[in-house]
Amino acid sequence: MSSLSRDDVANLARLARIQMSEEELVSLSHEFTVILDAVARVQEVASADVEPTSHPLPLRNVFRPDVVLPSLSTSEALSGAPAQEESRFRVPQILGEE
Amino acid sequence: MAKALAAGDITSVALTQVHLDRITSVDTDVHAFLFVDTQGALAQAAAVDAKRAAGEKLSPLAGVPLALKDVMTQKNVPTTAGSKILEGWRPPYDSTVVTNLRANDIVILGKTNMDEFAMGSSTENSAYGPTHNPWDLTRIPGGSGGGSSAALAAFEAPLAIGTDTGGSIRQPAAVTGTVGVKPTYGAVSRFGLIAFSSSLDQAGPCARNVLDAALLHEAIAGYDARDSTSINAPVPQVVNAAKSGDVKGMKIGVVKELNGDGYQSGVRIRFEESLELLAKAGAEIVEVSAPNFEYALAAYYLIAPSECSSNLARFDAMRYGLRVGDGEGASAESVMNLTRKAGFGREVKRRIILGTYALSSGYYDAYYGSAQKVRTLITQDFDKAFQKCDVMVSPTCPTTAFKIGEKSNDPIAMYLNDIATIPVNMAGIGGMSLPAGLAPEDGLPVGFQIMAPAMADQRMYLVGAALEAALLTKWGAPLLSKIPELRGK
Repeated sequence: MSSLSRDDVANLARLARIQMSEEELVSLSHEFTVILDAVARVQEVASADVEPTSHPLPLRNVFRPDVVLPSLSTSEALSGAPAQEESRFRVPQILGEE
Repeated sequence: MAKALAAGDITSVALTQVHLDRITSVDTDVHAFLFVDTQGALAQAAAVDAKRAAGEKLSPLAGVPLALKDVMTQKNVPTTAGSKILEGWRPPYDSTVVTNLRANDIVILGKTNMDEFAMGSSTENSAYGPTHNPWDLTRIPGGSGGGSSAALAAFEAPLAIGTDTGGSIRQPAAVTGTVGVKPTYGAVSRFGLIAFSSSLDQAGPCARNVLDAALLHEAIAGYDARDSTSINAPVPQVVNAAKSGDVKGMKIGVVKELNGDGYQSGVRIRFEESLELLAKAGAEIVEVSAPNFEYALAAYYLIAPSECSSNLARFDAMRYGLRVGDGEGASAESVMNLTRKAGFGREVKRRIILGTYALSSGYYDAYYGSAQKVRTLITQDFDKAFQKCDVMVSPTCPTTAFKIGEKSNDPIAMYLNDIATIPVNMAGIGGMSLPAGLAPEDGLPVGFQIMAPAMADQRMYLVGAALEAALLTKWGAPLLSKIPELRGK
């Protein structure tokens, strides 16, 4: 039986960049015990001799000609930005204090 | 409607206005729409009327109004995908589906409600409140495209666009007594479709009859260089198939595993009855087996969350959408954490976490890797079965529409709704649901599912048209004529 502890869920939430309340962490860890049991059934038939399928179409490296096409203007591209400055996206600090 | 428009009996402006009025009167009860584009729709209708008056040659659906699922971008029109994280966002570009609708002069009435990022089977996961089934307002209209199916059943729109990742077109069609088609994967461009699970997502037509669905199918399908998974081949002749409905000599394979235990008795009664009608129309009914379908649901709930955990990483509060917690000294990471906490709903968080786990080092082979192998086995099941038949059939859903709130606290019970629709997405083939009648025990619509091999979508329309014609003769009037009157305002 697979299960996830509250701390496991907290670690996954950190990796997925979603802050979660204590209530959410605990209830998700309970739900995952049930969900993981259900989805683990795939292991019953997934033997080593079966090739995996990642996609329904047998495509590989689809290229297009390297031609410049009309694209969004700067103002269009920035139209949904939460914050902007001097025709650029303004984002919170990414690097630590110097 | 298209005929009346072409004959000049009615203008597109008048037709559009009738539907806008209907939305105003009944949508407070149904809540199919998240945004109604009154001005945009009327302006587009007026432009079509002007073209027609000038004698321009127009497409068959020119001037007919349509409801667009809110997962499709439409330039300068609010697009949320049912999520708070995109509240107020107006995309700077049209999806290819919208571009194709415009090229066919189809009038877009507005954006329809859906489960957040298309994750759900009831439209209860919308951040903007549930949609109600016009057959019974206390019940769900299916999901994720419940807004589109409800809009059709409530006569708010004659056509709609849906997207189908695990059944989000077909299951809503089944529970609302409408027609919904998931074309072969790659038949309709995904450019501008807000991605949930890229290897499964497919847009398609929703309508009140098979021919309308076929006309809309041909309008939106086709190769698109902006979608690298778009199929570069001619669109199957689905309109001709829908007009013909000739199934003489066709072999129809009943999937042994998608019937029996767990299926409501009324669903089984209507399904058997449909098979008899198809046999009378000249088709040969055979039984086929797909032993690995029982693992499809488990594989789906690993593959879809895995892909969504990656796809939804784009909602990082940097370039568009919601941003929470910004300010002096706030780090990018804390802004992302707080924005995604506030912007995503419960089901979306659940699936992102599940996907993150299934893809994490040490668990990848056991979960995501195994699910990919099951995908191969399901595709092989289809390949083998299609050697014995031209199309495969099953009930679309195990039950009729359930009550709003009935399954919202039990993810597994909710996921079981999609048991018959998911295999189609896993293999990337086509699937259609059309109404098979009402279940005797509760008087609610039952769906009949038809599955066809990849790029043979016309076969679904042949069988769908044959069954629809036989049922219409039996009933004397379309199923939707039996829908209770919505009182409205």
